[in-house]
Amino acid sequence: MTQPVFDMMLIALVLAAGAWSILARSMMTAVIVFIVYGLLLALAWVRLGAVDVALTEAAIGSGVTGMLLISAAARFARDPAALRLPSLSSRALAALLASGVAVALGSLALLLPGDAPSLAAETMRALPESGLGNPVAGVLFVFRAFDTMLEKVVLLLALLGVWSLARDEAWGGAPALKPLVQPQGVLPLLARTLPPIGLTYGIYMTWAGADVPGGAFQGGTVLAAMWILVVLAGLAMFPKVTSPWLRWAVAAGPVVFLLIGFAGFLSPGLFLAYPEGYAKPLIVVMELALTLSIAVILGLLVAGPPAGREAR
Amino acid sequence: MSAADLYWMAGAALTGLGVYGLLVSPHPLRKLLGLNLLGSGIFLIFGVIARRGAAAGLGGDPVPQALVITAIVVAFSATAIAIALLIRLHAEEGSASLDDPPAGNDAP
Amino acid sequence: MMLDAFTTVMVLAGAFLFMAGTVGLLRFPDKLSRLHALTKVDNLGLGLIVAGLIPQGGVLLALKLLCAWLLVQLSGAIVTQLIGSSVRDSNRP
Repeated sequence: MTQPVFDMMLIALVLAAGAWSILARSMMTAVIVFIVYGLLLALAWVRLGAVDVALTEAAIGSGVTGMLLISAAARFARDPAALRLPSLSSRALAALLASGVAVALGSLALLLPGDAPSLAAETMRALPESGLGNPVAGVLFVFRAFDTMLEKVVLLLALLGVWSLARDEAWGGAPALKPLVQPQGVLPLLARTLPPIGLTYGIYMTWAGADVPGGAFQGGTVLAAMWILVVLAGLAMFPKVTSPWLRWAVAAGPVVFLLIGFAGFLSPGLFLAYPEGYAKPLIVVMELALTLSIAVILGLLVAGPPAGREAR
Repeated sequence: MSAADLYWMAGAALTGLGVYGLLVSPHPLRKLLGLNLLGSGIFLIFGVIARRGAAAGLGGDPVPQALVITAIVVAFSATAIAIALLIRLHAEEGSASLDDPPAGNDAP
Repeated sequence: MMLDAFTTVMVLAGAFLFMAGTVGLLRFPDKLSRLHALTKVDNLGLGLIVAGLIPQGGVLLALKLLCAWLLVQLSGAIVTQLIGSSVRDSNRP
């Protein structure tokens, strides 16, 4: 009896946070409430039995997205475009349309087949061959590895897109994110204390992701957060976008993924197929390379395009 | 109505909220929040579909769950590019507004 | 049975502190006292809940819970300092 009550309260909170982030007057309020919304949504994912998704939502949907949104909202605080609300009639029309979408989607629940189609049993049957224990990692790296590879390419393309928005004269410089100038502050203390813990935890999360919820994405996000923390505290600078190690770190994940994928032609004879008995070690190598790339790419996406030497 | 169905309704409502925010918000960054809300509502519906497919001792069907993980990452990538575009637009024009510039401006 | 009673009492006490801190966050007049209300939630409220949950699992769970609490202490203390000093800077003429 208590369980549906908990779910209802959680859903009420999620919906309230979602509505607040849409309707809030100030942009910064909207962004901060959106971050809270992401964390509440992560709890909803736990309730739906999807702990891997919950970790991803908390780390990426709420954490990294939130960092990007806060720094953008701070820039736009006095943007005149933020004030022009459409007329009452067009808002009413939009509300009508939006409720129509919601009701249509909600009523689809009535049309669902009684016995839900599921690949869970098949996944569990084939999983032992891969040597992995986490079925979601199995889907990501064995059954749908091609998707996962392309997803890394999407991240890489996003970074190229962000970099391509640099001014011509700034190209070759370091990303724009600057340290918070506060020499006497406590932030450097945190930036010295937390990274050892964060590094250990991020690598553990990647390593353990083969058998329990976790994995390259969630681990890489923790590493990226540590990097950004160290830069914000002024203990290190972002490297120039032309630095060779940075280029290699960004490319490592997709390159290792492709190499192992093509090696599949040699042994079992298929792209992205693993030779028998070697699936798990190969996946662990792939995950480690991916974690490095994901950490560096996420950090650079938050840092923004190179800003060059111009004073900002 | 099971608990999973409640989450379906929540996903539908969040999608509607996202559509409203996307249409009504005056500032592009707020529109982006609406778009993210819309996306997460759809993901939640996906999560309920995964939950309904719980079998073989799992809490849910791992295939849709893995798809949602990919989707969250792709949504983040799109958000990152959109924010970079807005910041550049803001730097060029003094505003990130998507409205047409007022008449007399020689922009194409 | 005794352990369950202990857990119930501790978690309820923690939840009460969470509620009190939230009321303080919403009702206190200025930023510094609102921050003050939040810190009680961070250390005592979460601490009581963690203490209450520890007897419910093995040693490993206890260690994990303690780590989570300690990390919240660290980040909470530092974030409070940061917000406090930015409030002080903005109050300065």
